[in-house]
Amino acid sequence: MDVIQMQRTWVEYTKSLYREGFLDSQFAQLQLLQDESNPDFVVEVVSLFFEDSERLLNDLTKVIDQQQGVDFKKVDAHVHQLKGSSSSIGAQRVKNACVAFRSFCDEQNIEGSLRCLHQVKQEYYLVKNKLENLFSLEQKIVAAGGSVPVDELGFL
Amino acid sequence: MGASAQLQQQLSHIHNQHLLKVYEKQIGPKRAFFSVQAYRHWLSKAFVAWVLGTCCIALWIYNYMDEDSKLRRKELLESMCDQRARMLQDQFIVSVNHVHALAILVSSFHYFKNPSAIDQATFAEYTARTAFERPLLSGVAYAERVPNSEREEFERKHGWTIKTMQREASPIRDEYAPVILSQETVSYIQSIDMMSGEEDRDNILRARSTGTAVITGPFRLLGSHHLGVVLTFPVYKSKLPPSSTEQQRIEATAGYLGGAFDVESLVENLLGQLAGNQAILVNVYDVTNSSDPLIMYGHEDQAGDMSLVLESKLDFRDPFRRHKMVCRYHDDAPWNSSAIVTTILFSMTGILVGYILYGAGNHIVRIEDERNEMEELKSRAEAADVAKSQFLATVSHEIRTPMNGVLGMLALLLDTDLSSTQRDYAQTAQACGKALITLINEVLDRAKIEAGKLDLETVPFDLRSVVDDVLSLFSEKSRNKGIELAVFVSDNVPELVVGDPGRFRQVITNLVGNSVKFTERGHIFLRVHLEEHAKAVTDSKANISSTLNDEESDESMLLSGSQQSTTLSGSEAADEWDSWDTFKYFVAEEGFTMNGSSNGGTSYEEATGNVITLRVCVEDTGIGIPLTAQDRVFMPFMQADSSTSRTYGGTGIGLSISKCLVELMGGQIKFVSRPHVGSTFTFTAVLGRCEKNAVNKTEKKRNAEDLPSSFKGLKVVIVDAKPVRAAVTRYHLKRLGIVVEVASSVKVAANTLAPGKSSQPDIVLVEKDTWFSGEERCSPVWPVDREQNGHISTQKLPKMILIATNISKSEVERAKEAGFEDTVIMKPLRASMVAACLQQVLGTGRKKSQGKGSSSYLQSLLCGKKILVVDDNRVNRRVAAGALKKFGANVECADSGKAALELLQIPHGFDACFMDIQMPEMDGFEATRRIRQMEKQANEQLEAEGSIAEEGKDGWHLPVLAMTADVIHATYDECVKSGMDGYVSKPFEEQNLYQAVAKFFQDKPISGS
Repeated sequence: MDVIQMQRTWVEYTKSLYREGFLDSQFAQLQLLQDESNPDFVVEVVSLFFEDSERLLNDLTKVIDQQQGVDFKKVDAHVHQLKGSSSSIGAQRVKNACVAFRSFCDEQNIEGSLRCLHQVKQEYYLVKNKLENLFSLEQKIVAAGGSVPVDELGFL
Repeated sequence: MGASAQLQQQLSHIHNQHLLKVYEKQIGPKRAFFSVQAYRHWLSKAFVAWVLGTCCIALWIYNYMDEDSKLRRKELLESMCDQRARMLQDQFIVSVNHVHALAILVSSFHYFKNPSAIDQATFAEYTARTAFERPLLSGVAYAERVPNSEREEFERKHGWTIKTMQREASPIRDEYAPVILSQETVSYIQSIDMMSGEEDRDNILRARSTGTAVITGPFRLLGSHHLGVVLTFPVYKSKLPPSSTEQQRIEATAGYLGGAFDVESLVENLLGQLAGNQAILVNVYDVTNSSDPLIMYGHEDQAGDMSLVLESKLDFRDPFRRHKMVCRYHDDAPWNSSAIVTTILFSMTGILVGYILYGAGNHIVRIEDERNEMEELKSRAEAADVAKSQFLATVSHEIRTPMNGVLGMLALLLDTDLSSTQRDYAQTAQACGKALITLINEVLDRAKIEAGKLDLETVPFDLRSVVDDVLSLFSEKSRNKGIELAVFVSDNVPELVVGDPGRFRQVITNLVGNSVKFTERGHIFLRVHLEEHAKAVTDSKANISSTLNDEESDESMLLSGSQQSTTLSGSEAADEWDSWDTFKYFVAEEGFTMNGSSNGGTSYEEATGNVITLRVCVEDTGIGIPLTAQDRVFMPFMQADSSTSRTYGGTGIGLSISKCLVELMGGQIKFVSRPHVGSTFTFTAVLGRCEKNAVNKTEKKRNAEDLPSSFKGLKVVIVDAKPVRAAVTRYHLKRLGIVVEVASSVKVAANTLAPGKSSQPDIVLVEKDTWFSGEERCSPVWPVDREQNGHISTQKLPKMILIATNISKSEVERAKEAGFEDTVIMKPLRASMVAACLQQVLGTGRKKSQGKGSSSYLQSLLCGKKILVVDDNRVNRRVAAGALKKFGANVECADSGKAALELLQIPHGFDACFMDIQMPEMDGFEATRRIRQMEKQANEQLEAEGSIAEEGKDGWHLPVLAMTADVIHATYDECVKSGMDGYVSKPFEEQNLYQAVAKFFQDKPISGS
């Protein structure tokens, strides 16, 4: 695949991510923040996000699976963290799932929380998958000597 | 700093007083009291006992008084009885003595003389003549002792035979006692043998044996048939020695002198002479034989008071016989009326008093019952009120939380690709949600105020920019409605005041919002003055206006040119206060023809004292408030009438909150309103004056915020027929440092622009109405004028800009033809907006730094700044740091409030701090509070060392900006309360960041680099 083809694919893929609501303008902001002085900014932040999120999701699963009474304060704190980081990188659907999750936490609704946990996980893995694809595509572009055509995402 | 603390104290004192008043109203004085309540069941028993007690005492009183009177009655009877007995006895004895004397007479003259000196005639005469001495005796007679042996000789000597009582010849006995001498009254007993009667015989025998007077028992007298007794004295032949024996006396007896006592008439007589005769009954008895008393006087069966009988002894000098007198009252003892009356009165009084006490007790009990009931009702009502407030607060809070989500979702939804219809729906939903949040915030405010929980801040703020902000909120609406919205802040009002900007703004927003809502045409005019200034003007107006009238008359003719009111838009306003007549004094005092860049804010600076009172007026030409509704305007949830809310919406809570807030700020709110003319709301507020050094610091801040200084020295001519409107325009231009002249018409302006004048204006601002109303007349003049100018100095041609509330396309075209610039300044005017327009017109290359190019501007601001980012979320931290680094800032991170505090130990090198709010352990609010505390201590120390002045520093104050995803108003409140300087929404947006950061770094952009 030549570079231009790859670049086009990248643009299309990115746009589809926005269109399908996986990402929002915050991600675009992140992309704007990335420049020569800070070339790996997006990847760095997103991998931080992955690390954090996996840890948080693990913790969450543990807390919710506890047999004797779920500590909703803890759950809420974790979800808050997750919501904060997801909104920071613009993982919109994860963030939305977190919002719903928190309202169930307020109600202390175990069933709803479980459902939301699943949804959050699902959304998280989806977006992780998508972002990893995106990054690998970017790496390929860079490896092929091209540059990531951030400017072409003009509509943002 | 010390002074500012003092000022804060002053303000909070004023506010506290209001709070106190509110509290006093709520908490009534509680007092402990003794109550009859505890004894309520004893009340009726006590009453009965009282009545019984009273009756007992009354009875006792009666007895006591009765006893007393009985005693007295008895004593009276006793004395009367004794008196009678004594008199009877005395009289009797006197009579007896007389009889005794007669006896002696008879013995002296009948026996000791021989021959006898007394015969029947002598005796009869003597006794008759001495009868007055013996009133008790019906008569006296003398009987001689005649033994049977001498009977014949005696009968012969006297010439009659001895007869018995029955007037028969006496049978033969041992001896006889025939009467030989008798008083005339009893002459019928002459020659009768006294010894023939049983009674008399006993008497005679007893008399001669004892030698003293004796009396018989009572019997019916012969003559009168009255009860009587016979008294008998013995007469002796010889004088007997006192110690003579009985036998000697019997032998010496010569005869017997007797007298009949008519006891009945005697006693009758006697009693007749004495007082009280009718009242008592007297009986006299012979009680010689004690078992069978013989009555001598009175009737045995006579009625009378048998309960009280008194006896007195009578001594008639007859040792053999005993007599007594018995007295009793004729009538029964009369009822003791005084005792009865006293008793009755006493018992009545007692019962009455008892009843009164009982009634009073009952009354007290009842009243106390009612009071308790009322108190319980009151406490229940209060509890209900508290519950209501709590309910409101809780529910509002509960609603806000999900609303937050809803609004957030809507915002996200709007970010996505939507069809225009969907977008419209979503936008409507978002607007509604925001309105709902506003309403909930208001309700919450109201509840807070009612609970006394609302505290006012005391921070310095720029009043003018607050007012401008409010105006910008409503500019869209007012433009759509075609009403003129204007603001004027008197130059006397300091640039910076100390108070609660949020609450001040809230009140103004509410008032202006109402005005916009209810006004369909005309204008809304918001003015801010110093209270003392306003007062002075209103006071002096009356005095001066008459004198000024002459000189102003020409001008005012020119100015108004018609019969219209001289208010802002020409429509009539409710309060005349606003018309040009008054307004010009404000303006005149500030120098209507502006000269240079003199800063008006200092003119009233000499007015000492840290506290100023502002008067804010919001005048509209709306529908007004119906007279009937005017008195409940400030009551919560009250609108003029129910149709109002249908037509205009709203809950009617705003004004009541405003009133509370204004009162908290130590002011008052009032209004003047005329239906269909308009309303003018006026409120006062006590605010602090900002100190000098603080002014210096924050004045820069204000400039940095919105007003560029590049217009300083520009000259502008305003063409406006309405002086009030011109003054408003001038006010805004003046804030930009522009030199202003005012012309009332295009013609006047043209004269100013006439060639030869030294100072040409840079810009001519023309009010649209003035232009079009005068167009026909002036349009030929103006272009010519322009052309003339044109070839004199082409480059120095003044730009002409139109000011309008609303303008149609065709009007724009016509204006362009007349030589106006493309840009039309749309009202409502705001200094920053005017500045932007002027920039556009003048084409100064500022666009870059103002509009899209803010990132480079931001870069210049942030470059080299050392900034601390505090967030517990790694990702967030990284993103924030990345964003800030991009603008050249030197970023450090801390992952908790505690870590941040360690880094911020004074002295530190940070220029700003971005603080996440929701963090475990120590949240952003708490961390900020600690930071402020540390700074305060450090500053106090510095102040103590006096090092502030020499270093030219204002002490430590690190700008702390909250990072939050929360868009809710209350969060902002909380931010400000805990000492934060502002907030940026998370995730970072460039524009938002720029706005927040610009405030703090504008004044020292180069210091870092």
